[in-house]
Amino acid sequence: MEFYRPTSWREALEIRAAQPDALPITGGTDVMVELNFDRARPAALLDLTGVPEITGWSEREGQIQIGASMSYTAIIAELADRLPCLALAARTVGSPQIRNRGTAAGNLGAGSPAGDSHPPLLATGAKVHLESVRGSRELSIDQFYLGVKRTALEPDELIRSIEVPAARGPQQFAKIGTRNAMVIAVCSFAIALDAGSRTVGTGLGSAAPTPRQATDAQDFLAEALPWADRDPLAEELANRFGELVAAAAVPIDDVRGSARYRRHALAVLARRTLGWAWEEYRCA
Amino acid sequence: MRLTIQINGEQHQVDDVWAGESLLYVLRERLGLPGSKNACEQGECGSCTVYLDGTAVCACLVAAGQAQDREVVTVEGLAPGAGELHPVQEAFLAAGAVQCGFCTPGLVVAAHNLVRRNPEPSDAQIREELAGNLCRCTGYEKIMDAVRMAAANTQEAGA
Repeated sequence: MEFYRPTSWREALEIRAAQPDALPITGGTDVMVELNFDRARPAALLDLTGVPEITGWSEREGQIQIGASMSYTAIIAELADRLPCLALAARTVGSPQIRNRGTAAGNLGAGSPAGDSHPPLLATGAKVHLESVRGSRELSIDQFYLGVKRTALEPDELIRSIEVPAARGPQQFAKIGTRNAMVIAVCSFAIALDAGSRTVGTGLGSAAPTPRQATDAQDFLAEALPWADRDPLAEELANRFGELVAAAAVPIDDVRGSARYRRHALAVLARRTLGWAWEEYRCA
Repeated sequence: MRLTIQINGEQHQVDDVWAGESLLYVLRERLGLPGSKNACEQGECGSCTVYLDGTAVCACLVAAGQAQDREVVTVEGLAPGAGELHPVQEAFLAAGAVQCGFCTPGLVVAAHNLVRRNPEPSDAQIREELAGNLCRCTGYEKIMDAVRMAAANTQEAGA
């Protein structure tokens, strides 16, 4: 096995092109588990922690660019005001040690439907910036996931950054697990209200082969919410939203929970997070 | 491959490192620093917690090559000198926060990392900060005592 340690983005792309079977590694919180347990023996590791261009974040015209090697801890510390939903989800990742290393881009690269970053990225309409020596392209987040641990990333491409619009209204995230820390989501849900355009974004995790949006639920809510009057949330409206979210899920039975439980829990999470977000909107 | 890592203030050169091995393996098996424990190898237990460039991480999830030219501090490097203990270690002893002892090094580093940044942690903050460290003897109450004590002692020492 080879170990590559590029010191520039260009060099990283060149190595990736020359050796597409080199596995990119940043935080290592997924990759090293695979190696430690003999589940993966990639031809090489491509360590991206020495690449300066993908650290940190920047903002342009209300869009936040999250560098591929920015840790969850840094997202929580630096972006909780602009990206509340992603920061909420980041707080539920693993433990302090895991959050210090793990990255949202790594969540995308791994492509597990249970990754905690996915629901907020879907709910906020994030974009993924992919690059190779051939050039760069931008994918809307819902086009990135293809299947369980399968993504649109080409063998010679690397994730450079994730672009997330700064919050334009209340956002919430909730996750079901057996305890607070170190838990893989049984299911998770994110909601983002856009007070300007009066639209709603959603994201479902551990609910289908890929993370997904509940588009019918979004459309229903955008239409039905009393945006102008800021009335209290009607129970029937919240219930209908929960039903539509549950209907968007195609969960499986597995060791963490049954499909039936997941559908039920998603409806509960959807109602609950909507309640929190709507209260925040009303009081704003 | 050959690696150069600064560990507990000393420069170490390690040869014949396999590209897929972890920093934990290098520390324990190649450098004879067995303080960081090897238990779960998947970041669940925190027993291998070390500082990498000042950040608390699970050494089992750091590829050895990622530590090249970086600074590592292990539990062996916390005490001010040979035969001495760090106040956090003293507190673990005084509080009886050690049963079988296997989780202790990881907890000591995690507690050290909390106390140095937050000298007055609430119980909720202690629990959150230690959430990545498992004690299978389930001696958590004494561990909470130890961290409260360590925080109080650190404050006193700093005051």
